[in-house]
Amino acid sequence: MGKISLKQVVKKFGEVEVIPPLDLEIEDGEFVVFVGPSGCGKSTLLRLIAGLEDVSDGRIEIDGKDATDLAPAERRLAMVFQSYALYPHMTVRKNIAFPLKMAGVDHAEQERRIASAAKALNLTDYLDRRPGQLSGGQRQRVAIGRAIVREPAAFLFDEPLSNLDAALRVGMRLEITELHHRLATTMIYVTHDQVEAMTMADKIVVLRAGVVEQVGSPLELYRTPQNLFVAGFIGSPKMNFVTGKDAAAHDAHTIGVRPEHVKLSKDTGHWAGTVGVSEHLGSDTFVHVETEGGLGLMTVRVDGEMDVHHGDRVFLTPEEDKIHRFDEKGQRL
Amino acid sequence: MATQHSRAAARLMISPAVILLFLWMAVPLGMTIYFSFLNYNLLIPSAHNFIGLQNYDFFVTDPAFVTALVNTLVLVLGVLVITTVGGVLMALLLDRPMWGQGIVRILVIAPFFVMPTVSALVWKNMFMNPVNGIFAWVFHLLGIQPFDFLAQAPLFSIIMIVSWEWLPFAALILLTALQSLDSEQIEAAEMDGASAFSRFIYITVPHLTRSITVVILIQTIFLLSIFAEIYVTTNGGPGNASTNIPFMIYSQSLLQFDVGGGSAGGIIAVILANIVAIFLMRMIGKNLEA
Amino acid sequence: MARRVTTRAKLTNTIIAWFVGLTIFFPILWTFLTSFKTEGDAVAIPPKFLDFHWTLENYIQVNDRSDYLLHFWNSVVISVGSTLIGLAIAIPAAWAMAFVPGKRTKDVLMWMLSTKMMPAVGVLVPIYLMFKNTGLLDTRIGLVIILTLIDLPIIVWMLFTYFKEIPGEILEAARMDGATLRSEILYVLTPMAIPGIASTFLLNVILAWNEAFWTLLLTAANAAPLTAFIASFSAPEGLFYAKLSAASTMAIAPILILGWFSQKQLVRGLTFGAVK
Ligand SMILES: Nc1ncnc2c1ncn2[C@@H]1O[C@H](COP(=O)(O)OP(=O)(O)OP(=O)(O)O)[C@@H](O)[C@H]1O
Ligand SMILES: [Mg+2]
Repeated sequence: MGKISLKQVVKKFGEVEVIPPLDLEIEDGEFVVFVGPSGCGKSTLLRLIAGLEDVSDGRIEIDGKDATDLAPAERRLAMVFQSYALYPHMTVRKNIAFPLKMAGVDHAEQERRIASAAKALNLTDYLDRRPGQLSGGQRQRVAIGRAIVREPAAFLFDEPLSNLDAALRVGMRLEITELHHRLATTMIYVTHDQVEAMTMADKIVVLRAGVVEQVGSPLELYRTPQNLFVAGFIGSPKMNFVTGKDAAAHDAHTIGVRPEHVKLSKDTGHWAGTVGVSEHLGSDTFVHVETEGGLGLMTVRVDGEMDVHHGDRVFLTPEEDKIHRFDEKGQRL
Repeated sequence: MATQHSRAAARLMISPAVILLFLWMAVPLGMTIYFSFLNYNLLIPSAHNFIGLQNYDFFVTDPAFVTALVNTLVLVLGVLVITTVGGVLMALLLDRPMWGQGIVRILVIAPFFVMPTVSALVWKNMFMNPVNGIFAWVFHLLGIQPFDFLAQAPLFSIIMIVSWEWLPFAALILLTALQSLDSEQIEAAEMDGASAFSRFIYITVPHLTRSITVVILIQTIFLLSIFAEIYVTTNGGPGNASTNIPFMIYSQSLLQFDVGGGSAGGIIAVILANIVAIFLMRMIGKNLEA
Repeated sequence: MARRVTTRAKLTNTIIAWFVGLTIFFPILWTFLTSFKTEGDAVAIPPKFLDFHWTLENYIQVNDRSDYLLHFWNSVVISVGSTLIGLAIAIPAAWAMAFVPGKRTKDVLMWMLSTKMMPAVGVLVPIYLMFKNTGLLDTRIGLVIILTLIDLPIIVWMLFTYFKEIPGEILEAARMDGATLRSEILYVLTPMAIPGIASTFLLNVILAWNEAFWTLLLTAANAAPLTAFIASFSAPEGLFYAKLSAASTMAIAPILILGWFSQKQLVRGLTFGAVK
């Protein structure tokens, strides 16, 4: 069981209110991702849930019971830190065993759980090494191992992959998602990488300056961003925004259209422009077009085989039914 | 990690140290201040009457005070110059590739671990003695008149002894600093076409400045209160040629039993030290932030 | 900078460095050699370097004639005692300041350091009188108290700089893993802190062993540690070079050895973490 609710939770550091009153429901077994720009309070929120920081106001409930004043250890949560926070003086085995030892689990049971965690995480050969003798990915797995042996109500991850190289990051992303399917335990995952958010989450919570901007499934956020911030934050490359005459034509202050929803043609189209940089990814090409008429730079996603060159004059046409409309306040219309 | 619970525990854990140090600061210092206003001599067991600033007046107008003040400054500055210049040279030397670097390092650092009374007496007797000392023999070999260091140049001799004790400290700290210089910085400068000399001036020296400042300031604290070396060699003499402020206060209070005068001197020493300390605290405070 | 150095340059460096190193070390070496000479050989001119009659007589005499062992023991009790008490007071304080820093932590640290800058002579008179009136003069307890107090700021600072380097996340991880404050300290913090505590201990024993203001002025025959014992050679006995050398060698040897082990920590400890 791992249902977590935050009710009017506030966090202040001295005078500074980092989290204004915030409500959030996390269902049992959900994979929830907190995303947002650096400094928006993701870690703070996670640490409030963990009990590593006191809330300044409000309540935190775990499985319907008030946990606001419980010590971290009493909340039955496990956390994987960005720096992994492995105990450098203990072997991998001892690291993984530590929470069990603290919980007074008997020795045979400890061994059993360590063995199964090690097997699940491919750590069996490294059990007698120390953290210093492991690679980044292996350390990461030990940190996860230490979290899973406790069979916690929920896992908390704070940017666990940010110290890994790109290839390893993709691999670990899959492993964590796989782990979630297998354990079906609630997971709360902090990242500022929107690709991680989109690919892993059941539910994404987009934060800005401590405020929840939108909560929803990855596709909901992609299809119907509630405001300019979410629209710009979710999706890669970023959504193109247009204001002025073209927006007014759609009865909006700003319209947005994603790069994949713009057609590029060499002969005719809605907006004219000149090709700047093209990024060839193989399967796709991101073409950056300097448009005429003061609309600025637009990004278009085209087929990887398409033949475009720096300086080409091209025409862009948005797909009408994929246009997002926003009012002056940036809210979705 | 700062929850209220841990804050309360933290306060509890800090208090013994704070309370002890506070008492250590406040009580004796308060008493010193109090005594410094009294006519209080252990040899005159009369009433200890209040005499205002007279003790300070006597202490400061005593010609010996000026001598002691000058001696203190000469001692501190002399040792500082010798040890920092020597320390930089030594650090540069020890940082170069050589055989047996570890052993040389051990040899160089050794004097720092020798207790002040031992180093002072060894130098006084076995080196500076005008008859049996090594220097006397060397002078003899060179055909120079023997020289009674501690009688003829007492302050200079003490500066030598103290420098010998502190040179290792400066050298070791500067060497450590030198070795912490990122070699990529030097390599980058080299790629930029800087000559060995410009690399030294523009990269090594700025890198060392902070450590040199630290060396100077920390040594100053200790050098301002040099005592044992004087106590076992010259006893402040001849006359008061090698008396510094700590030694003068010591002799005033424990040899002449003038509690009032000694206390006034003590307060003056505290004020002097505080002037130096202010600089030091700024420095270290900055480093704490870095 | 893995680049080839010419053998010649290296040889030059080696020669110069060894010459300088041996020069600086010479007084210690000379003391050591002299301690094995007869008094006659000790004052011989020209000095005898190795070709003298080696004898252990001086060591025997120093031990017989003076209570050398008593003074040695005093030094041990005073330096180790004050360091241990200092550690017992400082460990919790440094722990709290490093891991639960408050708004005023920095001020408290700076203030502690400032107490270290108060010159000893500033409080000589009251301390002397207090000791005299309470019978602490010339007692080991008295010196342990004084040295504990003057060492405390350095101990707190050194420990603080070491503790500061232990990542806070590890302690949080322990807390998440269900460790109580006690097991957090026992199983996680202590093993990681032991190297720092050990270096602090070592450096502080060295400093206390060599302390030569209070130990000279507050002791006489009973509690005098080696610093004061050696100072007594400044009187006519000082002319007995061989015996002075034997006593000195015994007084500095243990600390020289400890000191060589703690060079790195020395830099850090004495610069309050400003140079590492
Ligand atoms: N202990 C603290 N004291 C004061 N302010 C803090 C403290 N911890 C965090 N903050 C502030 O709270 C805000 C949110 O910080 P937080 O670490 O939660 O950001 P984040 O979203 O995790 O950012 P990042 O993606 O960079 O990790 C920041 O503005 C930060 O400066
Ligand atoms: Mg963060």
